Amino acid sequence: MTAGTPKINVTVESVTPLNALITRFTFRESCGKDLPAFSGGAHVVVEMDDHGTKRMNPYSLMSDPNDTKRYSITVRRDDEGRGGSLYMHSHVKAGMEMVISTPVNLFSLDLTAKKHLMIAGGIGITPFMSQIHQLTSTRAHFELHYSVRSDALGAYLQELTQSYPKNLHVYRDDQDEQLKLAELLNGQPVGTHVYVCGPKGMIDWVRETAREADWPDSSVHFEEFTAPKSGNAFEVTLHQSNKTISVDRHQSLLEALEASSVEVPYLCRGGACGQCETNVLECDGNIEHNDHWLTDDQRLSKTKIMPCVSRFAGKKLTIER
Amino acid sequence: MSTSKFEPSIISRPVYGKLSAQTASHNLLIADAQGAEAIIEMAEHAPKSFFEQAHIIYIQKGTADAYLSQLESLGANQLYIGPTYQAALPRILNTLENTQVGIKLYLAGTEGLIGQVIRDATRFGVAMSDIQTEHRGSTARRIQCVHCKGIIEDVTVDPFQCSHCGLFLFVRDHYSRRIAAFQGVRVDAEDPGNIPEAVERFK
Repeated sequence: MTAGTPKINVTVESVTPLNALITRFTFRESCGKDLPAFSGGAHVVVEMDDHGTKRMNPYSLMSDPNDTKRYSITVRRDDEGRGGSLYMHSHVKAGMEMVISTPVNLFSLDLTAKKHLMIAGGIGITPFMSQIHQLTSTRAHFELHYSVRSDALGAYLQELTQSYPKNLHVYRDDQDEQLKLAELLNGQPVGTHVYVCGPKGMIDWVRETAREADWPDSSVHFEEFTAPKSGNAFEVTLHQSNKTISVDRHQSLLEALEASSVEVPYLCRGGACGQCETNVLECDGNIEHNDHWLTDDQRLSKTKIMPCVSRFAGKKLTIER
Repeated sequence: MSTSKFEPSIISRPVYGKLSAQTASHNLLIADAQGAEAIIEMAEHAPKSFFEQAHIIYIQKGTADAYLSQLESLGANQLYIGPTYQAALPRILNTLENTQVGIKLYLAGTEGLIGQVIRDATRFGVAMSDIQTEHRGSTARRIQCVHCKGIIEDVTVDPFQCSHCGLFLFVRDHYSRRIAAFQGVRVDAEDPGNIPEAVERFK
């Protein structure tokens, strides 16, 4: 048994730098078979062998969901990150063989919506690219509000401007342009759903503003693409496996479990899907909960941890793995 | 907690709660017959500003003037009074179609009214979590004859004769949200002519 979704062997078809920070990678199935169709907003987990360290990062698919010949992802280089995006930028070349997961969608469109209101911040544009492909094929009504640092750093800005001039609204930081969110969310026709993908602050801002404007939770969709945070190293006792492992500064608990051959189910590796939820049997210290899955009560009770993003500081942590 | 008492049923049968005023930018209240009592009771605990953003659509359905002065005294921004659901329908649909995200719906009265407004409101995109319901008054059912697809309103006895195709129908608890009706199935399908005596099940 392997955790996660079934793997797909792919060949890198092309590597296309889009600007100083952002590069697009296109994959095709290595034996020339069709790739599974997916739905707008889905992501794949890309596996990287970074000089002995296995990295598994989720990236939103941004190509046309109906194109089963190739998948595209767009990766922003994060020089402060743990190294996955740096690896993609510096080591991945056309022709290379890689392994990705079957797509999983944790940010799907609600197709009962009468109107789709999309709010993207920076690299958060990527899931909307595949969603827009999907929506235009059914002529659904959408509006994209896209915040970028500058024209130069706005990925796909030109393509979007050309293809969807009436749907696109751009806000450039360097021009002091700002999305007037409260005005945007007030007065939307009933049946509108709002989708946000971008930095955590932006997601919180949209959710909070929507709540103040009496939006039902079921009409507010968000995806946060935070990678696991680095932190201090710590030790964890695994009750079922009967061993103690250490988690490195730049390693997640999930990665440390996998490195010790302990299988843990996962889908997103970003604290959102809930698959890796693990019972805590003993906790003498503090769990740094970095997920968006557990409830506040569960966090306070110290009985659950999400190994993909959360860490521990203290004397002893025993988990049910 | 339901105000009206219903006989035990299957778990998929619709259930109803008690109206409770929420803060919202726009409140749409739709009630028929004794459903007015649910609105009037809710108003006792509602913040004063609640009715400033409220639109009440009230269908008398045979109750004449019984509740009108009480409803008028609530001070709703808009108050419409109509004799029947059919008379009020164009206004209900127009209001739902032109409303905005943030609206809260309060539905009170008979199952036929509540079910039909839920059906139309969700079709226009109102979220179920924004709809509150409270059953009041008659428990008579709105039934679809599964054979001829005709709709029969306010059925009180079981079995009963379909007013469209003439078959005698057994009233099921099986409810369709899509058509906002319980299902009526031929009672003597396997033994034609053997029709049990009608019993008044719904008042």
